[in-house]
Amino acid sequence: MSVLADLDAHILDLAWAGVLYWLALGFSALLLQRWRGALVHLVFPLSALGGLFIAAVGVAGLVLPASAMVLPIGLPDLPFHLRLDALSAFFLVLLGSAAFGITVYAAGYFHSMKAGPLALVGLWYHLFLAGMATVMLADDAYAFMVAWEVMALSSYFLVTTDHDVPEIRRAGFLYLLVAHVGAVSLLLTFGVLQGGHGAYTFDYMRHSEITPFWASAAYLLALFGFGAKAGLVPLHVWLPEAHPAAPSPVSALMSGVMLKTAVYGLLRVTFDLLDLRIGWWGTLTLALGLVTALYGVIFAAVQSDMKRLLAWSSIENIGILIAAFGLTLIFYTEGKGALAALSLTAMLYHAINHAFFKSLLFIGTGSVLHATGERRMGRLGGLIRFMPWTAWLTLIGALAIAGLPPLNGFVSEWLLLQAFLLTPGLTQPYLNMVIPVAAASVALAAALAAYVMVKYFGVIFLGRPRDPALEHAREANWPERLGMLWLAAGCVALGLFPAQVIAWIAPVVRQLTGQALANDGNWLLLAPLAAERASYAPLIFLAVVLVVLLFTFIWVRRVYHGRVRHADPWDCGYPEQNARTQDSAEGFGQPIRHIFVSFMRVERETPDPFDRHPHYRGDSRDKLWLLLYKPIADLVGWLSAQAGRLQHGRIQWYLTYSFVTLIVLLVFVSR
Amino acid sequence: MVTGILLQIVQTLIAILLAPLLMGWVNQCRAWLQGRTAPPLTQPYRTLRKLFHKDAVIAGNASPLFRFAPYVIFSCMVLAAGLVPTIANDLPFSPAADVIALVGILALARVFLALAAMDIGTSFGTLGARREMLVSFLAEPALLMVFFTASLISQSTELPHIVETLAQKEFAIYPSLAFAAVAFWMISVAENARIPVDNPTTHLELTMIHEAMVLEYSARHLALIEWAVALKLFTYSVLGIALFLPWGIAPRGDVAALPLALAAMVAKLAAGGAALSFMETISAKVRLFRAPEFLGTAFLLAVLGMLTHFLLEV
Repeated sequence: MSVLADLDAHILDLAWAGVLYWLALGFSALLLQRWRGALVHLVFPLSALGGLFIAAVGVAGLVLPASAMVLPIGLPDLPFHLRLDALSAFFLVLLGSAAFGITVYAAGYFHSMKAGPLALVGLWYHLFLAGMATVMLADDAYAFMVAWEVMALSSYFLVTTDHDVPEIRRAGFLYLLVAHVGAVSLLLTFGVLQGGHGAYTFDYMRHSEITPFWASAAYLLALFGFGAKAGLVPLHVWLPEAHPAAPSPVSALMSGVMLKTAVYGLLRVTFDLLDLRIGWWGTLTLALGLVTALYGVIFAAVQSDMKRLLAWSSIENIGILIAAFGLTLIFYTEGKGALAALSLTAMLYHAINHAFFKSLLFIGTGSVLHATGERRMGRLGGLIRFMPWTAWLTLIGALAIAGLPPLNGFVSEWLLLQAFLLTPGLTQPYLNMVIPVAAASVALAAALAAYVMVKYFGVIFLGRPRDPALEHAREANWPERLGMLWLAAGCVALGLFPAQVIAWIAPVVRQLTGQALANDGNWLLLAPLAAERASYAPLIFLAVVLVVLLFTFIWVRRVYHGRVRHADPWDCGYPEQNARTQDSAEGFGQPIRHIFVSFMRVERETPDPFDRHPHYRGDSRDKLWLLLYKPIADLVGWLSAQAGRLQHGRIQWYLTYSFVTLIVLLVFVSR
Repeated sequence: MVTGILLQIVQTLIAILLAPLLMGWVNQCRAWLQGRTAPPLTQPYRTLRKLFHKDAVIAGNASPLFRFAPYVIFSCMVLAAGLVPTIANDLPFSPAADVIALVGILALARVFLALAAMDIGTSFGTLGARREMLVSFLAEPALLMVFFTASLISQSTELPHIVETLAQKEFAIYPSLAFAAVAFWMISVAENARIPVDNPTTHLELTMIHEAMVLEYSARHLALIEWAVALKLFTYSVLGIALFLPWGIAPRGDVAALPLALAAMVAKLAAGGAALSFMETISAKVRLFRAPEFLGTAFLLAVLGMLTHFLLEV
């Protein structure tokens, strides 16, 4: 008991020690830049242990009461305030557990990198980790923004690791731009929240009262700011550019963890800092989330670059998270505490699920990229034969993200759909219209996700190798395999023990909605409201499938036989078969492109029938880029060209400008 | 509890054993309607027996996934069949997986079949996988919406509870269920690779969906897949019965009602199979890109059913 009491007092010290540990590792990477061996074999494995430590602190923080501390750094009148409550603790667990797998993997992935750039990657990587952890711990606006910027800048430098490629520089610039537009919006959010009193601690904001108008302003600004970081449509454009540009472990961290910091921020501002919540926010957020989910998954289906496909799939998942968030808001403002708790649980569950399976898929692409040097899916294929570890572990991630039982993606989807099913009786009649449509959209997005994942896994790992060089693809090395194993194990465990996970999330849900989800079932059975309404027991489910499978296998072998002859593929007897007769990535996405063509700008180059060397190119691009971003960019360009007219490069003119300005200012002062 | 477990096992076994018979019945009806000499009712069993005895011929470059998939697909279908009340409403296994999980199991089987079809790397295999996923991405959410309508009425997503509410409580007419029933019929036709979406007896490679995926399979693997296909048809049929014509299913703990329930089920299945073959005979297969329109209609009807429930029945 005394140990617990002791831990209670020092839990935040421990969390902060974890952050400092990562910072120290980052700077030691810079000092060790001549010793590549030390970087690979010492810094990254040690940093992975830091991830486990942070996760452990988070697990403890979930059950302990909130604790706060003030650090003597920061502004003279505003030192850094830190606080660890259940919400922060949950996201620390997410960060730490995903970072452990990714960092173990990174130790293998960066094995062949040159020492100089590797030291820099080491620095930014750890600054990135420390920044994310501090975002989750910050308890005043200043500390939050500093950590937020550390996270944004370090990830910018990580994205542009291969900065000699012009495309990557461009992707990095776009990322930096959107990140800062979002950061400005967050700054304004905190400006509104402090209510003109100049008090920037979260503690003050929590207890201050604010008019509905300003509350709505703060919420919309926060939605914009965090939406830019999360990739909410139409602020998603940086994601499909930045994720493919970054090295795979960094993509995994960005997609798996960094996008969740935006979710964290949105929860923190809406359910903690704001003292009132208004009904239409929920409807707006639900609609935005659903649009994002559908938009993301449709574009994921037509991608032919494997990392870009995953980036679009991240947009889809963020959409589902935001939709669940909107649903929580709706329930909360309608006074349905139990339902708000259910949909919030679904959201948090999906957040941690996504951290695991998306990180797993991204690092899987990293191994494929290392082994083949190819990111275009149309040049891959058949890798399950040469890289069985990577393939089978990726399959777990792909099945999980497709929302198939008994893996983890299904559980959060199940919870979210249950939340939709329990809605009758909302006071606003229009909500009763919205809910079925919203449920249908979520179901549609989930079904399309299965399409995307069959395409992803099938084109990369199955079939025949589309390039003879692929037959020499080397399997991932051991640290890489261990990293993937950890994340895959996480997907399985989160899928098989939902009752435990929900009990473990309960403190967060209670903190935010004032009500926790009571599991009506036992340790085997997940029954969020009442066992006769709905229940799900993945362990029994899996056991039955396995028993039937084993029984069938033994029965077939015993009663009949197990004889096998090998032959050429049959394929209806068509003689000319080679790897090019399989579907390409574009081909597999063609039906989706055909159906949803109005969302896209499709560029196709098709060969004419007499071409001796036929060449086909198909490119489906985001129309929003043309409709929204291009006009804004043009406008900014035009404005700066107009401003450029003032500049002549002649000293007389500039002196005249200064003189006129002085006169104008004097007029104002003399008034 | 013991009778519950016994009934669970008996119902699952009935599904496994009777599924090929239903297939044979549908084929026989269709042959009669089309003026052909019908194959015997037991033809599917003979085919399965023949296939199990043959040596499996497998493409040289097949991965373990290819050989493993038929077992997964078959187990998933057995599980799915075991979740649906056929003769009795006692299903102790049902709390482990509700209707959403049932949709999940069907999706799992489908994804494995599509992946296995892509494994050999033939043109028809990938074509079939792509088309199957195209059909399912609209059918699956539509099926979920049908289930949602039924579970909104019964306030539960557990099939035995749904059946109990619909069949054994006071009789009421639900307009939403009419929409759901039409949608469900369309989905079942598409999901079971039937005309007008797919043709189970096609020999034209370019129009195949399901058949294209199993081209590379032979012998015991093919037998397991064929059996799984029969089980799928059986599962969808009993699902339709459970949702829309549940009268006659024995209530919980009522063992005496079982023989009557069995007779009712056989009669309903026979009528359903005849109706299916009749619909197949009078309609033509549509072009592939009309299939999304067909399924889009089903999806819309299912969502309309749910909306109707919110509008009229709450």
